[in-house]
Amino acid sequence: MHLYDVPLILMLVGLAAYAVLGGADFGAGAWQLIGGRSERAQRIREHAHHSMGPVWETNHVWLIFVLVVCWTAYPSAFGSIMSTLAAPILLAAIGIIMRGTAYAMRSGTRTAREQRAVETLLGVSSILTPFALGAAIGGVASGRVPEGNAEGDLVTSWLNPTSILIGTLAVVTAAYMAAVFLAADARRRGERELTEAFRVRALLAALVAGAIALGGLLVLRSDAELVWDGLTSGWGLVAVLASALAGAVTITLVWRGRFEPARYTAAVAVGAIVAGWALAQNPTFLPGLTVEEAAASHTVLVATLVSVGIGVLVLAPSLALLFGLVLKGRFDAPPTAPADTEPRPLAPASQKRLLAVSAGGLGTGLLFLTLLEPGWAHAIGVAGLFVFIAAGFVAIASSEPAA
Amino acid sequence: MTAALGTLAAAFQSVDQDYLFEARQMQALSFAAHIPLVCFGIAFPALVVFVEWLSLRTGNPVYRTLARRWSKVMLALFAVGVVTGTILSFELGLLWPNFMATFGDVFGLAFMLEGFSFFVEAIFIAIYVYGWDRLSPRMHFLSGIPVVLAGFTGSLMVITVNGWMNNPTGFRIENGEAVDIHPWEALFGNDYFWHELVHMYLAGFIVAGFLTAGIYAFGWLRGRRTAYHRAALVIPLTVAALAAPAQILVGDWAAREVAKTQPVKLAAFEGLGETEKGAPIHVLGWYDGGEVKYGIPLPRMLSILTYHDPNATVQGLDTVPEDEQPPVNVVRMAFQTMVGIGTALALISAAYLFVWLRHRRLPRSVWFYRSLVAAGPLSVVALIAGWVTTEVGRQPWVVYDVMRTEEAVTGASGIPLGYATLALVYAGLAVAVWWILRRLSRAPLEVADASV
Repeated sequence: MHLYDVPLILMLVGLAAYAVLGGADFGAGAWQLIGGRSERAQRIREHAHHSMGPVWETNHVWLIFVLVVCWTAYPSAFGSIMSTLAAPILLAAIGIIMRGTAYAMRSGTRTAREQRAVETLLGVSSILTPFALGAAIGGVASGRVPEGNAEGDLVTSWLNPTSILIGTLAVVTAAYMAAVFLAADARRRGERELTEAFRVRALLAALVAGAIALGGLLVLRSDAELVWDGLTSGWGLVAVLASALAGAVTITLVWRGRFEPARYTAAVAVGAIVAGWALAQNPTFLPGLTVEEAAASHTVLVATLVSVGIGVLVLAPSLALLFGLVLKGRFDAPPTAPADTEPRPLAPASQKRLLAVSAGGLGTGLLFLTLLEPGWAHAIGVAGLFVFIAAGFVAIASSEPAA
Repeated sequence: MTAALGTLAAAFQSVDQDYLFEARQMQALSFAAHIPLVCFGIAFPALVVFVEWLSLRTGNPVYRTLARRWSKVMLALFAVGVVTGTILSFELGLLWPNFMATFGDVFGLAFMLEGFSFFVEAIFIAIYVYGWDRLSPRMHFLSGIPVVLAGFTGSLMVITVNGWMNNPTGFRIENGEAVDIHPWEALFGNDYFWHELVHMYLAGFIVAGFLTAGIYAFGWLRGRRTAYHRAALVIPLTVAALAAPAQILVGDWAAREVAKTQPVKLAAFEGLGETEKGAPIHVLGWYDGGEVKYGIPLPRMLSILTYHDPNATVQGLDTVPEDEQPPVNVVRMAFQTMVGIGTALALISAAYLFVWLRHRRLPRSVWFYRSLVAAGPLSVVALIAGWVTTEVGRQPWVVYDVMRTEEAVTGASGIPLGYATLALVYAGLAVAVWWILRRLSRAPLEVADASV
């Protein structure tokens, strides 16, 4: 392994995280398309919505992470992929807008009909987006994206057997991941009926996904030789087998109702396939462009790793906190209203002091930012203006003005 | 300054794109949709956390109700901001692949760090909104603070990139490729972004403050004047009213920085055709044939404001060939719109602060509240006009003096189709946001004593 491989590995980790976590969001959206006005159907949809509420925005950021690592560490590959695959990427973008809109609108719905309309919007976009992104990946995997500005075919680069295979597989895998996650969430919340509903869905989706994956191998054989060869020999084959094994273990776990461990084995199955694809293509990034050739300079790669390192230091504990709260069911409990406390008005004396500080800040800003020239003076001036705003704000906004 | 690009690397030759203008429009539309949401991302968490602090500090249930309701709005707007922001990162590659392929490695670092800010924002906004009454009051309050900080670091990172595009450093051009790249230096060693950052950060508070205050001012005019509505009006109004006058000083600083680094852009702001000693400012008017016609001249003002010297020489548009000048009237009108609205907002603010300091109460004139209702949308217009000023003012360059916008554009066909589709989707989004905000505002208040 070389330094120029490391950002690619980070991208693949991000892609796997997106496929698993973002996939579960897409799947949860797709399951909300299931019709029916029965109370049970409504509860199923409600559960799918509530489970993803706190996490979907975070899960979505993995996609951004993959994009920015790609454009920083492999800029020419990024330019080539985005320009040739403009159509599926625009479709994914539209799906993403519709999904965000649906999530935001859900909180405003009042009638069952409105809710149904929003769920349909969410469901449709939750199928469109993973399909379009999968189709884009299919274009890369089948070698249809050459280096350069829109050098590939704008239509066949994503409407081809491999793209359709991977797009479909992305949708079905998402539904499968979601069903496993939603079954586990329902179990934690003690919802028997919902647990069973999603257990059945997980098993069905697993069967469909498995069948498509097996049939898909034939598609790859005729349409994406490089990846086919890679997946049927060496480490690529190991990854495929690992994925199949993890998939089988997951089905067994789901069958026996052990959903919590199934979350992780399902994730391993997805991650192994992502790794297998990379191993199969290695060292080719795009046709005629190796990872080494696509990589940015040494300085940039080091800077990339340093900033990812800094980011992970902040991200890891934050993610652990969020998922810890979710998995411990802290957001399931009904809120408990706080005890009423005696109102304690703020002291007026501090208000005068704050106003004086604020005026001082404004004077500092005027002198250092406007009248003086050097850079250090501007820094002091800006700090003065922030003091002006912050102190004045606290002084005025914390008082209760007469009408 | 780096030498201009000349030819691009073999694989990324610039192409003949018939729809360059549409591509620019599409990018501009996406920015215009996203940037008001950024203001809420910057300022709203700070306001919500402040209101929660007031509620913890005073025990007054009105503040608690307000913080809870605003946090729902915050989450809905964040959701829309997440997706519109994602579209922007897509479009960088979709519309400007040559720009990304050539310079992605120079500025990508900032977007990576921005990505982590975005993670932190998404994580803690969820904990904050879903954690009401489920976390301890102290923990809940603390969980809001990373959202405020990440809003700041996120804008910092994005604006370092814009600063770099306006004042590109930290690399050399060799055979059409950026070489000898020092990304940290390019982004953070570049002192050009500071004024942009401060200007935008204050704009966030002005836009979010006046829009929110405007909504409650509208209610005020219709007789909704309870303690709850008073707090909901005073808090955003106060922050905007303090930020608006400060913004004038910051804007003046920004113009002086532009004069140093991008004199042609400054000349476009003012419609200064020829280099002039003791240059004037023209208010209103139209730039035609190298001069401003029908404008109101303020003699020597430009020299005074820019160099603090009435006899200073200010560089005109004629210092560069015509094909390197930005479209002067667009830039100049955007600039005048921003300055005009900014001044009006500062005047409204001054009236409010004066009455408060003098009488410790809100103004009573009905015209004050009417002007507040107008101030919200006007502040958005000023915000977008400001971005038009700096972005169109940089034209014809995408990377100032290095890469022209037409060298950056995609070779893909179908830009008009993509643009039309996106415009439709964004029109739908605008309607949806309007609908959500109305619905959230009409939900019944949770406290019984909100009428006191």
